[in-house]
This record gives sequence, C-alpha cells and structure tokens, in this order.
Amino acid sequence: MSRRVVVTGVGAVTPLGVGASALIDRWTAGESGIEDGLGRCDAFDPAELLSRKECRRSDRFTQLALAASNEALEQAGWEDGAVDPERTGCIIGTGIGGIGTIESNHTVLAEKGPKKVSALSIPMLMANAASGNVAMRHGLKGQCYGTVSACAAGAHAIGVGMRMVQWGDADACVVGGSESALTPLSMAAFGVMAATSPTGMSRPFDARRDGFVMGEGAGVLVLEAEEVALARGAVVLGYVTGYGATADAHHLTAPEPSGEGAARAIRAALLDAEVEPEEVAYVNAHGTSTPMNDRAETMAIKAVFGDHALEVPVSSTKSVIGHLLGAAGAVEALATLLALRAGVAPPTIGWEEREEGMDLDYVPGEAKPLTARTGDRELASVGAASGPAVANGASGSLPEDGSGRRIAISNSFGFGGHNAVICLETS
Amino acid sequence: MAQTVTREQIQEKVTEALVELGADREAIKPEAEFEALELDSLDLVELAQIVEEEWGVEITAKDMETMKTVGQALDVVEQRAS
Repeated sequence: MSRRVVVTGVGAVTPLGVGASALIDRWTAGESGIEDGLGRCDAFDPAELLSRKECRRSDRFTQLALAASNEALEQAGWEDGAVDPERTGCIIGTGIGGIGTIESNHTVLAEKGPKKVSALSIPMLMANAASGNVAMRHGLKGQCYGTVSACAAGAHAIGVGMRMVQWGDADACVVGGSESALTPLSMAAFGVMAATSPTGMSRPFDARRDGFVMGEGAGVLVLEAEEVALARGAVVLGYVTGYGATADAHHLTAPEPSGEGAARAIRAALLDAEVEPEEVAYVNAHGTSTPMNDRAETMAIKAVFGDHALEVPVSSTKSVIGHLLGAAGAVEALATLLALRAGVAPPTIGWEEREEGMDLDYVPGEAKPLTARTGDRELASVGAASGPAVANGASGSLPEDGSGRRIAISNSFGFGGHNAVICLETS
Repeated sequence: MAQTVTREQIQEKVTEALVELGADREAIKPEAEFEALELDSLDLVELAQIVEEEWGVEITAKDMETMKTVGQALDVVEQRAS
C-alpha cells in the first residue's frame, strides 16, 4: 500500500508570533523575531491557550507543542470521529526536551534536598512529553512517540508520520517538533562549544556569519491519507511527497565538509517524491548561520542540483526566528508549504556579503516570486502578478497541463550527523 | 508552631493548594473526592510537599492510599499538626 499523503492543518508558535500565518506573513514581509540575540516566543502566553492544570503539569516545550497542535487540528477541521482515533498517530520531535524542568529541579535538589523535588519532574522533562500530551489532549490513540535527532527531530517526525500514513499503518498522523531550551545551562553549553553567535546575529550564508541564534517554538502538521481527507471533506493544503534521511557518520557535531551526507538525503527525498532536481522551485535551507553548516549545505545543493542550483531560490527561516533546534524541521517544513501556496520564496534576512564559492541565490533582502518548473517545460511564474510578494492567497495563473506543480524541499541537519529532507508540493 | 494551627487555617491553605494544582475552587468541599476534582497521585505528592513545607507534617505514600476525599486529607494534617 502506498497512499498519497496530504496536509490538512498547520500550527506554529515562533518568535514571529502565535500562529502559522504570523510566521509566514511576517517572514515574507522581511520582519525578524530575533531580539537581543535570542528568538523568544514573547507573544506566547500558555495561560491564554491551555488550562491551569495543563500549564502546571507541563514544561514549556510541551506547552508550545500543545498550542501548535490545537491550531493545526482546528484548521484540519478535526472533530471526534472525523478520523478513527485508533488509526491516528502522533509523532512530535524535540532536540532536548524539558531542560528548563531539569535545571529548576536540580537547583531544588541541590538547595533543599531530594524530598523537595517535584513529583511532576519526570513527566515534565521527558523528551516524549510533548507527543504524549498532544495525543492525550486530542484523543489520538495510534502510534505515539517522540523523535530525538537534535536539530533534525522535527523533520524526522514528519518523515516517519508520512510513512505511517503512506504505508497504511495509520490514516492520519499529527506530526511536528517542539523546543524550549533558552535556559542558562543550555545557552552556556552551546556558547562554550562556539556553536552560537557571539554577536547575536543570525545571517545564514553571509560571509560574516559566526554561529546560530537560539530560538524556541513549535510547529505541527496534520497529515492524512488523501482518500481519508477527501472522504471527510477536509481542505487539502498540500502534499508531503518525499522523505530522505541519512547519517554523515563523520563527526558528532561538525557536518561532513563536502555536504555528502546532506546531498544523499536530498537525493533520497527527490527520488522518493519522483521529482527531478530541476523541478524544485524552492529550497528551504537548514541555513543555521554557522560557518560550517552553511558552506557544507551549499556544496550539497550544488552537488544535487547542478546548474539548477544557481537558479533555484534558497532561503533560511532561521534568519528571522533563529534556530529552533528540534522544532526547526517542522516549523520550516510548514513555512515551506505556506510559501509554496503563496508562490513566494521568503528572504534570507541579513545576507549581504558573499563568501567565495557560496554563489547560490539566497534570496537576500526581500521575498521573490517562485517560478514553477516541470522538467524542460516552459517556465511558469506562479508568484503574485505585481509588486512585492503577498503571503497567503497570492497565486498567479498556472498552465492547465499540470506544469504548474509547485515543489520545494526543506532541509534539516542535526548534531549527531543526522540529515532529514522533506519534499513538499502544492498545486 | 504546630500547636497554634486551627482546622480553618489548614482548610484555607489546603484549598489554595488544590486550586493551584488545578481543582475548581467551587468544587472543593470536605466530601469532594480527589478523583472528582481531577487530581491524581502526582498532585497529592505535590500537596504533601506543600503541607510539609507549611507545617512540617509528613504525609507518606501509604497515607495517600487512604486519602480519597479533601476531608480525609484535612483530618490527617490536623491530626499530625497538633
């Protein structure tokens, strides 16, 4: 069994605000959610969206996941019985899990002793708390667990959820990623290993880049078998058509310098989607703003796309929200889908100086309309007809022969040498 | 400190603690069962920690097995605190 997998709902909480539309609209407009060198979700008040009990019994990374899943399932028109709950999975990834809970309870342990540690510590700090809580909140009774692959966790969650639906192990799967690690220990630890930017600047692919900016947030997508979604009258936002995942097996934190592992993941995702490299209209880069990632990723894109690498727009969501670690893959995949729907490549904010050998179109400054391509057929501009690109609803005229397929990939790479790439499509 | 604690003081503090744990204030009555207040064993451990912090009263896991209602919890605290 191999079924087409559709997306019927998306939800996000990011430094650009609460809601997926805040993310794509503000990013497309070139606005940044980074302040003082961090990507905090300042607009997110868990008490507004969750019950007192949910707030008390969950770490912030779970609260973010709950808020994003509420939004995604609402958009999907989810209601009891719409999809068999026992045939609905829930896979939410995270890089670290409840590190804020670990740190605060460790302080209690050190200062007041073992009997004062919260009885809720374990259920709050465990990395699978987000998936368990989301499943509990919405009564999702199929496969449920968390993916743990650092900054690729959100993308792996989408990949395994897609397979689950594609192969018939589930009819629907709520997938995503969540992270809230802006804590003293986590920030100090990333800092001493020189992963984060000492200047607090996220400028992916720029010659002056000096590390990533940490962010927090969550992204959730509702995946369904196309036949199931159509039967219940759900609105289809797009398709998850391909998934490729590999390991560098090179170094625990540094990417393989040639981008070989990343390139294999991109090729695998395109092969899985039955898409030729030149059909890809947009690449949502991992683009962390670290010296090593952005160079290796550029080389991977050039290796896979050949001449098309110089034409396809490549931009990084991290330029405006920072690095959401385990949430990044999910947040960026749904941003990619919304960008495809709007027909625009949102910009890489902060990119100004080219580094030798890094000569892709990183979409500096402002969004640009996408051009849909299918093989060697003629180009079809699918962006807004005039003026600056408009998010949501902007759609140019498309040829009726199907050549207007809009295809994009979203790259995610994580400490541990994990590479995961998702191929998305709208029509 | 323990000698001066009244039932009213205990009830007031426990009620505040239960609200903090997520119970509906209106539903908190001596005869109310913890289960009906949607409080589980993890919440009761938290309650025990609050009580111990306040009055130095220790409530064990074994005690909690017999505590089904708010009133029973108040009885245990009052007994231990006096």
